[in-house]
Amino acid sequence: MAAAHKKTFARTVYVVDGSRTPFLKAKGKQGPFPAADLAVAAGRPLMERQNFAPSEFDEVILGCVMPSADEANIARVTSLRLECGENVPAWTVQRNCASGMQALDCAAMNIATGRSDLVLAGGVEAMSRAPILLNDMMVNWLADFSRARSAMDKVKALSKLRGKHLKPIIGLLRGLTDPVVGLNMGQTAEILAHRFNISRNEMDSFAVESHRRLANAIDNGWFDEIEVTYDNNGKYYEYDDGLRRDSDMAGLAKLKPYFDRNFGKVTAANSAQITDGAALLILASEDAVKKHKLPIMGRIVDSHWAGLSPSQMGLGPAHAMAPILQRNKHKVNDIDYWEINEAFAAQVLSCVAAWKDDTYCQDNLNEKKAFGEIPHERLNVDGGGISIGHPVGASGARIVLHMLHVLKRNKAKRGMASLCIGGGQGGAMLVESEA
Amino acid sequence: MTDTQYKNWIPITDAEGILWLHLDVENSSTNILSAPVLEELDSILDDIGKGNLPLGVVFTSDKENGFIAGADIREFTKVSNFDEAKAHIQRGQFVFNKIEALKCPTIALIHGFCMGGGFELALACKYRIADDGPKTRLSLPEVQLGLHPAFGGTVRLPRLIGAPAAMDMMLTGKPYNARKAKKIGLIDYAVPTRQLIPAAKKTIMNPPRVYKPKKMQAITNHMLVRPILKHFMIKTVAKKASKEHYPAPYAIIDLWAKYYDDPKKMLEEEANSEASLVNDDTAKNLIRVFFLRDQLKAQGKASAEEKVNNVKEVHVIGAGVMGGDIAAWCAFKGLRVTLQDRDPAVIAKAIKRAHKLFSRKMRGDRLGIIAAMDRLIPDVKGLGIPKADIVIEAIVENIDAKQGLYREIEPKMKKGALLTTNTSSIPLEILSECLATPDRLVGLHFFNPVAQMPLIEIVTADNTDKDVAKRTSQFAAQIDRLPLPVKSGPGFLVNRILMPYMLEAVRIHEEGVSAAAIDKIALKFGMPMGPLQLADTVGLDICLSVAQILSKELDVTVPSSLENMVKSGKLGAKSGSGFYEYSNGKKVKSKDSSKTVDTKNITDRLIGRMVNESVACLREHVVADKDLLDAGIIFGTGFAPFRGGPMNYAAKEGLDEYRGKLSSLEQKLGSSFKPDDGWEQLASH
Repeated sequence: MAAAHKKTFARTVYVVDGSRTPFLKAKGKQGPFPAADLAVAAGRPLMERQNFAPSEFDEVILGCVMPSADEANIARVTSLRLECGENVPAWTVQRNCASGMQALDCAAMNIATGRSDLVLAGGVEAMSRAPILLNDMMVNWLADFSRARSAMDKVKALSKLRGKHLKPIIGLLRGLTDPVVGLNMGQTAEILAHRFNISRNEMDSFAVESHRRLANAIDNGWFDEIEVTYDNNGKYYEYDDGLRRDSDMAGLAKLKPYFDRNFGKVTAANSAQITDGAALLILASEDAVKKHKLPIMGRIVDSHWAGLSPSQMGLGPAHAMAPILQRNKHKVNDIDYWEINEAFAAQVLSCVAAWKDDTYCQDNLNEKKAFGEIPHERLNVDGGGISIGHPVGASGARIVLHMLHVLKRNKAKRGMASLCIGGGQGGAMLVESEA
Repeated sequence: MTDTQYKNWIPITDAEGILWLHLDVENSSTNILSAPVLEELDSILDDIGKGNLPLGVVFTSDKENGFIAGADIREFTKVSNFDEAKAHIQRGQFVFNKIEALKCPTIALIHGFCMGGGFELALACKYRIADDGPKTRLSLPEVQLGLHPAFGGTVRLPRLIGAPAAMDMMLTGKPYNARKAKKIGLIDYAVPTRQLIPAAKKTIMNPPRVYKPKKMQAITNHMLVRPILKHFMIKTVAKKASKEHYPAPYAIIDLWAKYYDDPKKMLEEEANSEASLVNDDTAKNLIRVFFLRDQLKAQGKASAEEKVNNVKEVHVIGAGVMGGDIAAWCAFKGLRVTLQDRDPAVIAKAIKRAHKLFSRKMRGDRLGIIAAMDRLIPDVKGLGIPKADIVIEAIVENIDAKQGLYREIEPKMKKGALLTTNTSSIPLEILSECLATPDRLVGLHFFNPVAQMPLIEIVTADNTDKDVAKRTSQFAAQIDRLPLPVKSGPGFLVNRILMPYMLEAVRIHEEGVSAAAIDKIALKFGMPMGPLQLADTVGLDICLSVAQILSKELDVTVPSSLENMVKSGKLGAKSGSGFYEYSNGKKVKSKDSSKTVDTKNITDRLIGRMVNESVACLREHVVADKDLLDAGIIFGTGFAPFRGGPMNYAAKEGLDEYRGKLSSLEQKLGSSFKPDDGWEQLASH
């Protein structure tokens, strides 16, 4: 067992504990929590139950795609607010939709190489609070206006202000549009749906199942990792609030396609929700586990990052998971559970389809034959981005954390967590429980 | 000029020719302007006049805690008549006038507190430079002692920053930080500590124009504007304090309105006005209350040889109004707090109230509010128990529930951690029975609303560990509250004395006097809120329950009308109806059924019950002495501070006379007015 992961990691990387906030669906207005508040809300109860002080961390690493203006290097803000102290360094990583997983990977690497022994890592995003920006015309007009000294100059500058100056740039929309090929993420999903012939019906049915599984998991009390989160207005949040218990095929069929209004298949309901949330994990070396007598949830065994065409970014997981199986000499059946982040139903289904396709695997994944079918009953067993939501910086940490819970619950050994990444990448992480 | 030796001042002339006057009052941790300090300053100023004028004069303090705390209040308590007081005041004015008359630049270099006379000294300088750190506090708190600034403050301040800002500062006594002070023109520069000396030097080398009020500030002092403003000022003040009980704020407005145009005359009148206030009962009682506050604070101070165990982590169990607000207060005061409750909905409400409190207390300080919120940690699972230095239990008043909780948490608690309860009615002896170490339980009885009531009763039983009790008092002082040690017993001190007063009000109401009339009489006496309004606010069900608990142990009769009101669902403000009617939580103005009432008789009945119960408490040693009793009742109930507390009030009326008054009430109204046996002992002292 130990031999397999020693290939990639010189020292064993343990996951000790972790928690997250409920994922809160963006409802148009700004959500109740700034990103740093979310990270603190996930971290405080996590730290409260540890028997070591936050100052024992060697570093804090957080993934975040769009922190607000007050949250430059949000990992440092979070670290100080969690009382890790001035001497614990903290840094923020950004790999779009996989930023949270990137943070875990960085933490794992530093532990594996011996640089760190105890790391707080995870991800956070308040998508509902993504910045709204001034356009270039307005920025330049403001510069002119502030340079105007006399009253007359000011009046002159004012007279040049037009309505078009006031048109804002919606940061979130820009962020969800590929900066190189110019496609919106939803449009890349449409491309995959076409390529792998995924029907609207299949997507909708995948979405309905995602909600059903989340409801089932909540009803069974399977979300130990969620911490109740309190806002300043007397409200508290216990569960992911994007859940639609009433989601059914008839209802979903009524929705118009969102990204290709007339002829598309990808709708808002079979895509991930825009969501706020944070997830934090504690990673530790063997030394740290012994020193602080830490419990063990599992190990991070391997991880991989892959690149592919930005216009087909949704296939990222298929590309990132393949080398991990190859390196560790695993078959599909050796993996007990799978998490493939549900950016779009079309995109998850395409990944599954690609792995079943001999030609695709031969041409792209360096395999002689297809990997085989990832069984749906072992994939995203408690729901995913479509029902839970996808706060881009946090999802990578969430799926790894939840995978460890799923393994424990089912007394299973091995789990794979993976995400597609805007810009044409995929990230994957192999974890094992102590079972 | 030769730098002569003084006891309190250290004059140092530097190479540039600047005279630095360091104040370091001997045998005191704090700089105060006592008579000797002023005399020395006077002679220093005379010396300056005789020799070559220095390039500039800088007043600064060598005390770490601040600049100057003000005049020596103890000196006021010693003056016996108007003339003596006036002479004392005019001495100070005279010295400050000399500062003002210096022909060179003069600077007050301020850090920490700069209050009262200390601030007036700064006003006599041409420039004021203050440390911009959080400890800098400029204030003129004299009104809180029933006095007003009298070393030229009422004259110079409106001239500097205009009447509205000046009146705000003098009438409320509230402190200003350096940033705010700079904004309104009180100081010329707010600078970081490291820049204080360079800023003073630079200002003297290149003196800038002396600050003049802005046009809009200056116009408020115009003789045609003053009468209009005066009208509004008096209206505002009248809402807070009556002229009869608190003459000082009215005197401040008067001085300004009448004499502003003649500064010399105004200064003289300032001294006259202050001299008569000093000899007034209000000021005397308020000064006594000021010292009582110090006496309570001293209960929470560690003596020199004790080591102070500062609490860092607090765990509060029960997030209801009391528990939640206690947790918020501790977090506001810089402690890390875990707040436990079974129900997250209850915690959520407490968090909301905490955020409101922090936003009010730290307006504009976004980062301070975030930090305070981060220190207040919701904790449904009770994870904070093993880490806490003090556990405060504030759950429902039920013996089984509390004992069950103690049994569960005692084994989890850190060794030596304090275990306290906010119970207001259950004897400690009973609660502590279930503990492995019963002597560790202490009562930590806060009053509602926590953020406004400065008192905490530190309740101990006969078997309570003395050291634990002492540490609990120190914790109260740490969170800036006033600890009052009291013996465990029904109602402890404050509720026990308050309850007969409230029940008497109910009885008078039963006799047909309207609630509004009764409350008006209490307000006129100087209570912060009428007894029936108070009952409505607290909740009649809670009043009834406390009254019933007291009636078991003490000679207290619960009026049947109170029981009937509770039975019929009239619970006070929260139910929309009690002694008054409420709509959306606000009192509906009721017409005063103007039956003529005997004000004197009702006052005697209300206050008489309180005084009699106070005597009983002294006899039973619920509290150590009558000074502490008065302090407890003033800070725990808001009892008319200018009357100095119930025992002080009775003493003023004459103890024998007051006892006689009770006896005659007893004959008319029955045994509830029977003078307590304690009167005998009082008389013999």
